[in-house]
Amino acid sequence: MVEKILEVKNLQVSFHTYAGEVRAVRGIDFDLDKGETLALVGESGCGKTVTAKAIMRLLKVPPAEIKKGSEIIFNGEDVLKMSKKRLSSFRGEDISMIFQDPMTSLNPTMTIGNQIMESLKIHKKLNKKEAEKEAIKLLELVNIPNAKERIKSFPHQLSGGMRQRVMIAIALSCNPKILIADEPTTALDVTIQAQILDLLKELKKEFETAIILVTHDLGVVANFADKIQVMYAGQVVERGTRDEIFYNSMHPYTWALLSSVPRLNTKGKEELYALGGTPPDLILPLKGCPFSSRCEHCMEICLEEKPEITKLSDTHSLSCWLQHPYAPKTERPAVLRGERDE
Amino acid sequence: MNNENLIEVVNLKKYFSVGKDRTLKAVDNVSFNIKKGETLGLVGESGCGKTTCGRTVLGIYQATAGHVYYNGKDIHAMNREEKLKFKKNAQMIFQDPYASLDPRMTIGDIIGEGIDVHIKLSHKERQEKIDSLLGKVGLNSEHSARFPHELSGGQRQRIGIARALAVEPEFIVCDEPISALDVSIQAQIVNLLIKLQRELGLTYLFISHDLSMVKHISDRVGVMYLGSIVELASNHDLYEKPMHPYTQALISAIPIPDPKIEDNRNRIKLEGEVPSPINTPEGCKFMKRCIHAKEICGKITPELKEVEKNHFVACHLF
Ligand SMILES: Nc1ncnc2c1ncn2[C@@H]1O[C@H](COP(=O)(O)OP(=O)(O)OP(=O)(O)O)[C@@H](O)[C@H]1O
Ligand SMILES: Nc1ncnc2c1ncn2[C@@H]1O[C@H](COP(=O)(O)OP(=O)(O)OP(=O)(O)O)[C@@H](O)[C@H]1O
Ligand code: SF4
Ligand code: SF4
Ligand SMILES: [Mg+2]
Ligand SMILES: [Mg+2]
Repeated sequence: MVEKILEVKNLQVSFHTYAGEVRAVRGIDFDLDKGETLALVGESGCGKTVTAKAIMRLLKVPPAEIKKGSEIIFNGEDVLKMSKKRLSSFRGEDISMIFQDPMTSLNPTMTIGNQIMESLKIHKKLNKKEAEKEAIKLLELVNIPNAKERIKSFPHQLSGGMRQRVMIAIALSCNPKILIADEPTTALDVTIQAQILDLLKELKKEFETAIILVTHDLGVVANFADKIQVMYAGQVVERGTRDEIFYNSMHPYTWALLSSVPRLNTKGKEELYALGGTPPDLILPLKGCPFSSRCEHCMEICLEEKPEITKLSDTHSLSCWLQHPYAPKTERPAVLRGERDE
Repeated sequence: MNNENLIEVVNLKKYFSVGKDRTLKAVDNVSFNIKKGETLGLVGESGCGKTTCGRTVLGIYQATAGHVYYNGKDIHAMNREEKLKFKKNAQMIFQDPYASLDPRMTIGDIIGEGIDVHIKLSHKERQEKIDSLLGKVGLNSEHSARFPHELSGGQRQRIGIARALAVEPEFIVCDEPISALDVSIQAQIVNLLIKLQRELGLTYLFISHDLSMVKHISDRVGVMYLGSIVELASNHDLYEKPMHPYTQALISAIPIPDPKIEDNRNRIKLEGEVPSPINTPEGCKFMKRCIHAKEICGKITPELKEVEKNHFVACHLF
């Protein structure tokens, strides 16, 4: 039996800034099952980190505002109604997050050893000696050489990828039920990346940890995700299983995303496929389809009305007017069709 | 000295002292050249010294030993005027975008700062230039009044790129310039870098973990391991016939955006203890993890030699 561990319903988040209200997340729904990995992919600035931080209740209010009608349910419990005390145990023991900017989430004035030990002392109630032993073990787990000595380093004495691994060690320290990994491997070379992904896979198997993976690396997504959710301008435009998105996606933005990746067999310095234009300004209201200004297939209706959700299977759905019976037939781009039998 | 080399790095070392009697050899005897208009890619394990190398090449870190020549001039022996010019002409896109942006400055001022020092434009020209740079990196003029914490990770990274481009440099050390960007903006930025190179003859040292992108943008690629360059070759040769055992492991681990391939792949897994750059022993630093290690590997440090034309490898197998 699959057990739902997290439900997000109609999540809407805005920031109140000097220039106006930035509507960063505009009504997002998704479920997460135990032991499942959901990948959030999408353009830079489309609201992935804000979604993740909203789930952790880490957004500063104000300037942030989680709008009325938004729901975040963890194991039947309403996250938006948690008390301060409950939140602190929720964040340590139930859910934890690997942040995108390791430098901003590590304390520059504290050794990395102390930072890892702190969370172990609070949440696992270890004494200093036990915590230190555990901290060294965790650093070894994420492949930091010389861990015994390295616990005495300050963040600025580490390379970018080492800081990222320290973050991962902190996030794993309390065996959370949900791990939110925001670009967990971007600063790592591919061999260490492969080791970290293997480590996360083990956690998944052993503890049934559910993972929300935010990443731009479609190779990592192909390797690791069960389900994929494609976001654009604060909304989900397509979702499906890993294979449905890679081999059968139907949304023009998903196509653009999959087409932009350099293939190893190109000659080099050729122009890469790049989507023209810029994403919509999130301060202005959006009319019609959020992708319309950059979509090759844009029709008149796309400018006027928000596309409805079309279900292609139990797991695969998208919001695009091309799915309407009256819309012209459109094929997936040739580059993507070819990839099946490569 | 060869005149077409813009950058010549000779036996460069950068050591950090970490506690009593202990040195960390972040960059240990590295030499390479970059020609005008060329892109040299630099890849390697996290912590192997790429960032430190880039920073030392730009004089941000004082070298422990060795030389860096820019246009034939030793950067540590420049006079004030030459130094100022070098500071304008040689820019860096930093790996950690957040840490490198002043949180109290608006985006517009962060980008404009270099323009004010080095180029001097009227108020109107300055704003136009900032807006056009924002457009080039896929942002809009609306972002110019915002502060760094109000931007997403990838938006911040692009501010770092716009800032480096603002002063019209000749040489840019790009340290993981696109790691926080989604693929469509990555493509846009890389296309922009290539276009600037074609039009203005820019020279790049391109540091990245994204080996597909490094292959795409570079003319030659160097592979670093624990402070040293272990292989250096044209991008074609390095990917088609990697020779050093570490390079082979690296190439075999490149993630491919296709689930069917990913599900059925054999990676060369690197087993063994991850070595530390502190007090490294004699011999090949890759030895403990190398399946081909021989007796000599533990005794003599292999030197980088030209094994095939323009293909350099530091390994006793060759
Ligand atoms: N504190 C803030 N004030 C105003 N706007 C904000 C703030 N934080 C985020 N935003 C805006 O909200 C939008 C979503 O940001 P978010 O960080 O979620 O993007 P993201 O999808 O994680 O992007 P990336 O891939 O670049 O990290 C962005 O357009 C960003 O500019
Ligand atoms: N200021 C410093 N003080 C002490 N040690 C340092 C300092 N800066 C870097 N190091 C060490 O030097 C080594 C090389 O670091 P560097 O940042 O150059 O690695 P990198 O190749 O850029 O790694 P990554 O891919 O993770 O960014 C690391 O072991 C790091 O801990
Ligand atoms: S709804 Fe219209 S504009 Fe939007 S993605 Fe579909 S075809 Fe393009
Ligand atoms: S020198 Fe020896 S240990 Fe080092 S990479 Fe070559 S074979 Fe392996
Ligand atoms: Mg983000
Ligand atoms: Mg680095």
